Amino acid sequence: MDLSLIIMQLLSGIALGAVLVITALGLTIVFGMLGVVNFAHGALFMIGAYAGLYLASLTGSFWWGLLLAPVLIGAFGMLIEFVLIRRLYGRSIDDPLLLTFGLSYILVEGVRIVFGSDGIPFPTPSQLIGVLDLGIGFFPRYRLFVIALVAVVLLVLWLTLEKTRIGLIVRAGARDPTIMQVLGVDISRVWLAIFGLGVGLAALGGVLAGPMRSVNPEMGSLVLAEAFVVTVIGGLGSIVGAVVAGLMVGISISLVALFAPEMATIVMFALMAIVLLIRPQGLFGVRGRTA
Amino acid sequence: MRKSGSIPKISRRTALAGLSASAALLAMPRLGRAADETIRIGFPTPLTGPFAAEARDQVKCAELAVKLVNDKGGIGGRKVELLVRDDKLNAGEAATRTLELIEKDKVHAVVGALSSAVQLAVNEVTRARGVIYVSISQSDTINEAKDFSKYTFHEALNPHMTTAAVARQTLKKGTKVAHLVADYAYGHEMLRGFKRAQAAIGADNVGEILHPFGAADYSTFMPRLMSMRPDVLCISNFGRDQANAIKQAVDFGVKQQMKIVVPVILHNQRLAVGPDVFEGVVGGANYYWGLETQSKSAASFNAAFKAANGGAIPTDYGAYGYSGVGSLLAAMQAAGGTDTDKVVDALEKLQYDLTKGPQHYRKCDHQSVQSVLVLESKKKSAMANDNDLFAILANDTGSDDMLRSCSELGHAT
Repeated sequence: MDLSLIIMQLLSGIALGAVLVITALGLTIVFGMLGVVNFAHGALFMIGAYAGLYLASLTGSFWWGLLLAPVLIGAFGMLIEFVLIRRLYGRSIDDPLLLTFGLSYILVEGVRIVFGSDGIPFPTPSQLIGVLDLGIGFFPRYRLFVIALVAVVLLVLWLTLEKTRIGLIVRAGARDPTIMQVLGVDISRVWLAIFGLGVGLAALGGVLAGPMRSVNPEMGSLVLAEAFVVTVIGGLGSIVGAVVAGLMVGISISLVALFAPEMATIVMFALMAIVLLIRPQGLFGVRGRTA
Repeated sequence: MRKSGSIPKISRRTALAGLSASAALLAMPRLGRAADETIRIGFPTPLTGPFAAEARDQVKCAELAVKLVNDKGGIGGRKVELLVRDDKLNAGEAATRTLELIEKDKVHAVVGALSSAVQLAVNEVTRARGVIYVSISQSDTINEAKDFSKYTFHEALNPHMTTAAVARQTLKKGTKVAHLVADYAYGHEMLRGFKRAQAAIGADNVGEILHPFGAADYSTFMPRLMSMRPDVLCISNFGRDQANAIKQAVDFGVKQQMKIVVPVILHNQRLAVGPDVFEGVVGGANYYWGLETQSKSAASFNAAFKAANGGAIPTDYGAYGYSGVGSLLAAMQAAGGTDTDKVVDALEKLQYDLTKGPQHYRKCDHQSVQSVLVLESKKKSAMANDNDLFAILANDTGSDDMLRSCSELGHAT
C-alpha cells in the first residue's frame, strides 16, 4: 500500500467530512443556542437539495441554486421557528423533538407528492466536471470545490461569531438569555435568526451533496443520523466540536474503507461509543449539559 | 308427557323440513358464493425505501395482469384481487405481512418481494403454510434444495443467468476485473456469479471491495479500485446504491480507465442519474421495452401498459410483476381454480409468453427458464427520445444450459 493511495484516501475522507461538518454545524448551533433538538434537520437538508436543483434549473445556473437555496430555505426555517418552535421554548426538550420529528415526515411526504419518489438527476456544474491531476492521482474537481467552500463558510461563521457585535449578542444570549433581555436585547429575534441560520446550513449541505449523490426524498434520513453522530462526538452545542468531529468521522470512514471496506459505516458509531466512554459530554462538550 | 310426546313429533317434522330447507339455503348461496368468491393474490413489495421506484412499477404491472384477467371475466367466473403490502425492505416486516395475508386475508397465493433477503423470509412463511409463492426477486438460493419447496416458484432471472450473459459480452481471456459489491445476499450472489463466469472465460480477478448496503457515499472506495488498475469494474448492487455508486465512480474518472459493468442494469436508476453518467455502462436485464421491435409479446405488453398508465412505458422490474402474477393466473386458469396442488401442477406444465418470448418453470427447482438481455446505456446524442435508454447487445434465448444443474442445486435427479 503506497503513500499516494493513503493521501488520496485522506482527501476523500476530508471531502466526505466537509459535507458532514456543514450539516452537523446547523444542528449543533440550533441545539447550543436554542436547546432544540431538530429532528427535521435531515428533511431540511433534502429540501435544500431539491430547492437548489429547482432554482438551478429555473435560472440555468448551479451557482444561483447554491446561493439562493440556503437563503430561501433559511427563511423557511425562520417561518417554522416563528409559527411552531417558538411556542415550545421553556417546555421540556421532548416537545420540540416530537414536533420536528413530525415535521420531517410532512416535509418528506410533501416532496414525494410534488416531485415523486424516484430520484432526480442533479448534474455537476459544468465548470467542475472531471478530475484534477494532483500528481499522485486524480481527484474530482467538484469535491475539491466542496472542501474549499466549506472552509470559507467556516471562516466567515467564525469571524462573525468572534469578531462582530452580532456574534457577541449571540454568544451571550446562549449563555444567559434573561440578562440579555434585561440589557434590552430582543432575544426572540436572535433565536429566530439562529434557527434560520441552522436550517440554512442544512440546506447548503443538501445543495452541496446534490451533485455527488442522487437527489431523492429519503436522502435526509441517513444524513440526519450522521449529523447526530458528529454532534454527539464533538459535544452537543459545540461549533469547534462539530468541525473537528465531522472531519474525524469523514477521515475514519475513509481510512477504514481502505482496510476493511464493509466496516466503513459502522466505524462512525464505534467512534461515537469510544468517545462517549471516555468523555460522555463529547470532545468539546460542556460537562453537565445533557440533551 | 304430552309435551314430551309432541316435541319429538314436531321436532322431527321441523327437522326434516328444516334440513331440506337449510340444505337448499346453504347450497344456493354456497354455489353463488363459490362463483363470485374473489381470488386473492398477496403482493408484498418494498413501497418505501431505496427500492421504492422499482416496487411501484411492480405494483402497476401486477395490477395490469389482474385487470386483463378480470376484463375477460376472471377465472372460472371469479374475479381476481391483488392485495399489495409494504414490506419496507425488511425481512421481519415481510414475514409478518405475508403471515397476515395468509391468515387474515386468506390469500390463495403470494407473488412479490424485491430484495433477495426479503424473498427468503416470505418463502419461509409460505412454505410452512403450504401456500404458493412466485418470487420476482433475483436470487440464487431460493431454488436450492434447502430453501426450495413444491410451493416455491422463481419467475425472476437469477444472478447465475445475468452475470454469465454480461460476462460473455464484456470479458475476454486475460481481462483484468475488479469488483465493488454490496455486502448482502444480492451482492454476494452476483459476485459469485461473475467469478464463476470469469473463471470459465479465463479473465483475471484483481480485487474485490465489499461496501455496506445502502451507503450514500462511495468515494472512499474509489482510490483503491483505481489503484487495482482493472480493465473492467463490476458494480454489483441494486436500486439507489447502483445509481450512487456509478455516479461517484464516474466523478472519480473511473470510465477513462476502465469499463463499468453491472449484473442488472436498472431502468429507473438510469433515469434518476441521467444519460451522461450511465453512458457505455453494460448490464443484464429481464426486460426492456425496446424489445418490441423483435418480440410480439413485448409489443402487446407495452401497448397494454401504456393504455393503463397514461402512455408510460413498462420497466424491467415492473415486467416481473406482470409475468409473476400473469403466469400464476394462467396456471389457475388451467387448473380451473385455486386448489393448491392443482395449481402447482399447472405451473409446472405451464408454457407462457407474457413479455418477451417463451418461458416455463423448470420441473426440479421451479426456476423460470427464459431469455436474458444484455443492454448498453446509450449516449445522450444517440437517444431517439426520452425513453430510448439502451441498445440491446444480446438477447440470449432461454435454455437449461444457462442454469445451474438440478443436481448442483441439491435436488434429487
